[in-house]
Amino acid sequence: MTVAALGDGFEASSTGGVNADDPFASFVTTNDDGSRSLSAFVRNIVCAACVQRVERILRKSPGVRDARVNMTTHRLQVRWDPALTTSETLLEKLSNAGYPAVPILEDLLSDAAAADRRLLRCMAVAGFASANVMLLSVGVWAGFDMGDATRSLLHWISAAIAMPAVAYAGRPFFYSAISSLRGRRLNMDVPITLAILLAVGLSVVQTIIGGHQVYFEASVGLLFFLLIGRYLDRRARRKAQDVGEHLLALSAASATVIDPAGVRRILPAYQVQAGMCIEVLPGDQIPVDGHVLSGRSDVDLSLVNGETVPRAIGAGDLVYAGTVNRTGSLQITVSGAGENTLLQEIVRLMEDAQQVKSGYVRLADRAAALYAPVVHILALAAFVLWAFVLGAGAAKGLLIAIAVLIITCPCALGLAVPVVQVVASGWLFRKGILLKEGDALERLAQIDTVVFDKTGTLTTGALRLLNTDAVDAGDLALAGRLASGSRHPLAVALAAYAASEDPLAVREEPGRGLEHCGTDGVIRLGSREWCGVTQSIDVPDGPELWLRRTDGTTIQFCFEGTLRSDAVETVRQLKVAGLDIAILSGDAAPSVQRAAETLGVSDWSAECKPQEKIQRLQDLAQNGRRVLMVGDGLNDAPALGAAYVSMSPASAMHLSQTAADLVFQGEGLVAVPTAIRIARMSRRLIIQNFTLSTLYNMIAVPLAVGGLVTPLIAAVAMSASSLVVTLNALRLRLGTSP
Amino acid sequence: MNVLLILIPVALFLGLAGLAAFLWALNSGQFDDLDRAAHSVLMEDDAPTEED
Repeated sequence: MTVAALGDGFEASSTGGVNADDPFASFVTTNDDGSRSLSAFVRNIVCAACVQRVERILRKSPGVRDARVNMTTHRLQVRWDPALTTSETLLEKLSNAGYPAVPILEDLLSDAAAADRRLLRCMAVAGFASANVMLLSVGVWAGFDMGDATRSLLHWISAAIAMPAVAYAGRPFFYSAISSLRGRRLNMDVPITLAILLAVGLSVVQTIIGGHQVYFEASVGLLFFLLIGRYLDRRARRKAQDVGEHLLALSAASATVIDPAGVRRILPAYQVQAGMCIEVLPGDQIPVDGHVLSGRSDVDLSLVNGETVPRAIGAGDLVYAGTVNRTGSLQITVSGAGENTLLQEIVRLMEDAQQVKSGYVRLADRAAALYAPVVHILALAAFVLWAFVLGAGAAKGLLIAIAVLIITCPCALGLAVPVVQVVASGWLFRKGILLKEGDALERLAQIDTVVFDKTGTLTTGALRLLNTDAVDAGDLALAGRLASGSRHPLAVALAAYAASEDPLAVREEPGRGLEHCGTDGVIRLGSREWCGVTQSIDVPDGPELWLRRTDGTTIQFCFEGTLRSDAVETVRQLKVAGLDIAILSGDAAPSVQRAAETLGVSDWSAECKPQEKIQRLQDLAQNGRRVLMVGDGLNDAPALGAAYVSMSPASAMHLSQTAADLVFQGEGLVAVPTAIRIARMSRRLIIQNFTLSTLYNMIAVPLAVGGLVTPLIAAVAMSASSLVVTLNALRLRLGTSP
Repeated sequence: MNVLLILIPVALFLGLAGLAAFLWALNSGQFDDLDRAAHSVLMEDDAPTEED
């Protein structure tokens, strides 16, 4: 819903005064000082200058106290004096300047930012503690002439720093370990928690009895490294989450409800109930399913069923949420909200399909499931060996068991995998590809088949005239001149043939066509019915348009969608990468066949319903195939959910973007092979890092079990292994040439 | 070794000051929007004229 359109609609109903009821009341919060504020997601922000312009437009408006746009999330926070202006005025100003804004409900959005801050605070505290404790322990290890009293003092100071720091900064691991144990599972946080707590506990005991085996620096250092890894991991997913929030904000769009008294009011779409009457202006997305009460328009169904050409809609016709109203204003009675709508049906299919997919276990978690028991058993074995078999006593045994736990602590899992993820997702982001799921990159690296949807994915929305040879050049130019006056996609395709001649003045009848009344009669361009076509000429498999000249002759124009410019190259690259390609389309067979032949794809199916697409994907999965599905329409959403991994262009239906694991921007399809290449590279690096850390453990663990590891060696070895795997992960950056 | 009695508190104080500064910056929202700060040098201050 564009706000400019809202403004027009409101002139008649609201008093226009500053005290008129606020149509966005449900989005606005009133502050303590009487000012009001609103959060909105601003579209069309591409650079810093846009941010500044939006802020300046708002700040120059009377009554605005503060306006701030977050450039990363494109979220606007504006505060104003309700006596001087309204939210509607402000949003309309933005819309007029080319930055339409969608109000968002703050509590609908996750508190990701708050969780980020908590983790950063923990990291800062752990960093402070490890720097200072390390400083003191350097003194302990280097202080050759240090007396027992001084060493004891340094140990006590270390304890005073380390204990509160561990209690504070260790919480993310402690909570995760507890919840994992409650679920009767072992995750990586269990050995981490155990190692840290045991190390700190033992160090405290050693400090009290004046011993030498003090591990404070190892435990806080470990905590600090692992928190860095955890924070990087979060940040990599944060970008994805922001994308999700944008989608949420957009799909939770608003609807203009007309109450029985004729007053218009804007409600969030989820508050609209069956039986209400809503108004949808040209250019807006229809927010609900319903029957048209009055009005006539062309409705763009491309996102729902893949049809390229808008369908003519009049009173009594059914319209679906998510479709776009193109030409005329519509008043719609909302039909049964919820269960029986098309959108709900698709959502249900999609959710069913996704349930199957959620069985995937991340590489790091699978490694952890193997690793955690091994670590515990090794530590226990070391304890039993020293305490009972070798008879060195329980204290010595415990000491060695802790050394084993610290030495084996999974820095590779905790740090190196997140670093690979961060570097890879940052690289993808610069290429306009957004990762929506944390594990999507790993799954993408394993695929062997790519399935494309046709309309909107392989093809663009633009249309191409097919029968140029069959049509007389003069007629074509005439049709082009007529078409120049309309923004209907078919007309746009025809207007290219107008040559340099002037456009004709036309009257547009929404849902029917164009009409030019000249001196020598009427010329019409539009549907069969509009041009009064009587001959029984077959309806072509693509869209058609008719021209009726002044003399009554009618001429047919046939169209087809055009392939994306890099579709052929993309398919070639994917084949070179050893992948099988297939096309699953809802479109008619001849046009799918033409596209498949151009692209050199032999495996194609046409006229697939959403259920059939899911069926095909499930068949492939049963044959052991791992399928990447690339699609954009609402009819693809269930298939996107069912595939092993899925991608969707940023132009896709919101629901499809929500279902997809990756969303790519821009006109080209080249993002698909790029993403696959990056995914494969990062998988190689992750496996290398696992190998490196296994090698490290194979050397270090026997030393630890043999009782040869002092706290100093433990701390140094741990840091060194972390550095090695991190540096290895950063090699991904070296290979960033496209 | 008496110098430790001065140096350790000094080191701790400096560390704590750094930590406090970071936490203050975090809580005052300076890490919320890193892209904008990077571009802020390119933005004009309150320009008296607006082209549209």
